[in-house]
Amino acid sequence: QGKFTLLRDTRTDGSFLVHHFLSFYLRAGCKVCFVALLQSFSHYNIVAQKLGVSLTAAKERGQLVFLEGLKSCLDLLFGEEEEQSGQPSPLQFISESTSNLKALFDFVRTSLTPAGGDSWKGPVLLVDDLSVLLSLGATPVAVLDFIHYCRVSVCSQMKGNIVVLVHSNEDSEDEENELVVNSLCHHSDLILWVEGLATGFCKDVHGQIKIIRRVSLELMAEQDHVQIYQYKIQDKNVTFFARGLSAAVL
Amino acid sequence: VFTEEDKYGLYSNLLFKYFLAEGVVCGHDLFVASAKEHPDNIIKDLPAPLLDDTYRNELGEEATAVKSEDFQDSMKIAWRYQNLPKMEASPTTSTKFGHYYDVSKTMSPELFQSIKWHSFYLPEELSLQPKMKTCHMNSAYARLLQSIQRIIYQEGFDGSDPQKKQKNILRIGIQSLGSMLWGDDICSSDTPEDIHSLTKFLYVLRGLLRKSLSACIITVPAHLIQNKAIMERVTNLSDTVVGLESFIGSERETNPLYKDYHGLVHVHQIPRLNSLICDVSDTKDLAFRLKRKLFTIERLHLPPDLSDTVSRTSKQDLAESAKLLSSGCGAMAIGKKHLDF
Repeated sequence: QGKFTLLRDTRTDGSFLVHHFLSFYLRAGCKVCFVALLQSFSHYNIVAQKLGVSLTAAKERGQLVFLEGLKSCLDLLFGEEEEQSGQPSPLQFISESTSNLKALFDFVRTSLTPAGGDSWKGPVLLVDDLSVLLSLGATPVAVLDFIHYCRVSVCSQMKGNIVVLVHSNEDSEDEENELVVNSLCHHSDLILWVEGLATGFCKDVHGQIKIIRRVSLELMAEQDHVQIYQYKIQDKNVTFFARGLSAAVL
Repeated sequence: VFTEEDKYGLYSNLLFKYFLAEGVVCGHDLFVASAKEHPDNIIKDLPAPLLDDTYRNELGEEATAVKSEDFQDSMKIAWRYQNLPKMEASPTTSTKFGHYYDVSKTMSPELFQSIKWHSFYLPEELSLQPKMKTCHMNSAYARLLQSIQRIIYQEGFDGSDPQKKQKNILRIGIQSLGSMLWGDDICSSDTPEDIHSLTKFLYVLRGLLRKSLSACIITVPAHLIQNKAIMERVTNLSDTVVGLESFIGSERETNPLYKDYHGLVHVHQIPRLNSLICDVSDTKDLAFRLKRKLFTIERLHLPPDLSDTVSRTSKQDLAESAKLLSSGCGAMAIGKKHLDF
């Protein structure tokens, strides 16, 4: 409860973790607010079906609130004036001169605030992926503020969890992105860091995942607990194994 | 598909034309946008397909049959060599995909007159006022987006016209995006005025493509963009990213390693759509060459090590280029062994 998990990928695509968490929390009976900025709803739906969860059904019974960033952006830019008399678009920072993400935060908060008659277990916020907000014109400070407000609201007040995906690169020249990522790393309870293998491409091992658990925030306490595994992604599953022990080798 | 142009734009232009030519041959609609060359001229200059009739009929039928099974709502920015068969093709489709083109001849006018194509030539569009909210985007990009959105809506590529029985695909080609001709200064300055224009444009374009039956190829003079952060963001926003590195004017031109080839193909990213995995293949080292009639992409193989002196330098180069080629992508690579156009 109340945990902030950071999914980080470097030189590879960590989105399989997003799919995992989405189906995991839905199956656990949590109310999920999914801010999907990079892909369409049908993409997630098709993968989720392979993992045994139907997103359409979850949406219909009110368990899943899905913000399809691409669609929302199009509505914002090409929509007719009358359509926008209702709620302001969660992505309105794209067209406004203010670069704060308040509208997005309000959207998240209203979606996860328990309504009367809801019987879901804890709320969950899932974001894929945060780096896109920078590409759309939000400043790093605005992004960090947004996450901070979400943490206060979702983790502390509602005792829910947050899972966020970011991209990063060791020799990245995108300083704004690195700033956001480093800052989030310091505030995360759990970091799942997915990387391509240092030795290059391999058919049987798609990459390695580092699991970093924040044990304590005190200065002199023990080190964070780090575990490293390698993984291979298959059509409906991901297999994890200890380093060097891929099935292809054994 | 996002193509990083080679330095002199020769080969990326060729790929661009191939994409459009394939569209003509398959009967798709085209949308061509450029700021430097009038689209009419681009269309006239498309390479002629190498057809023999029976082969063409067979493929033509299969292509339309395959396309009409469906895509409830979205298509993708797709790398046509790999993924269209993977996602759409029924198991009975033949393994041959796409057509071959003869670069020494241009396409006959009857061929492209049989399809519907739309053009966007920036100098001509500047006189019109954009109707959509520009949201701090470069106005040339805003106009282009508006034009694409209008065509998608009017021609029913987004499924907005249920009466239309014959569904077709819109192939969009945008040439040299990000260059100064589009009014963007990311290619000429280290601290551009608006670093978000290009990425915002790509995001909105991605949204448009996802909700319609279209595919898009964009070429960008990446070597001119000073701010590498932009290229990283652009890569994240695209489905497929391919870089073309030509050997013209570089020291690799005289390197015996590369004597058979005209350049290298770097595949930086391939789409991972509707699935946990992507189509990963064996080889990542691809090179291209332009013969008199054909443009081919092949697996890079090195000439045999014959003499002492040659092997010394080539081993060093080999190690270096192997490092360059296989680092980076992690689990991503494409490439059939031999891709002929």
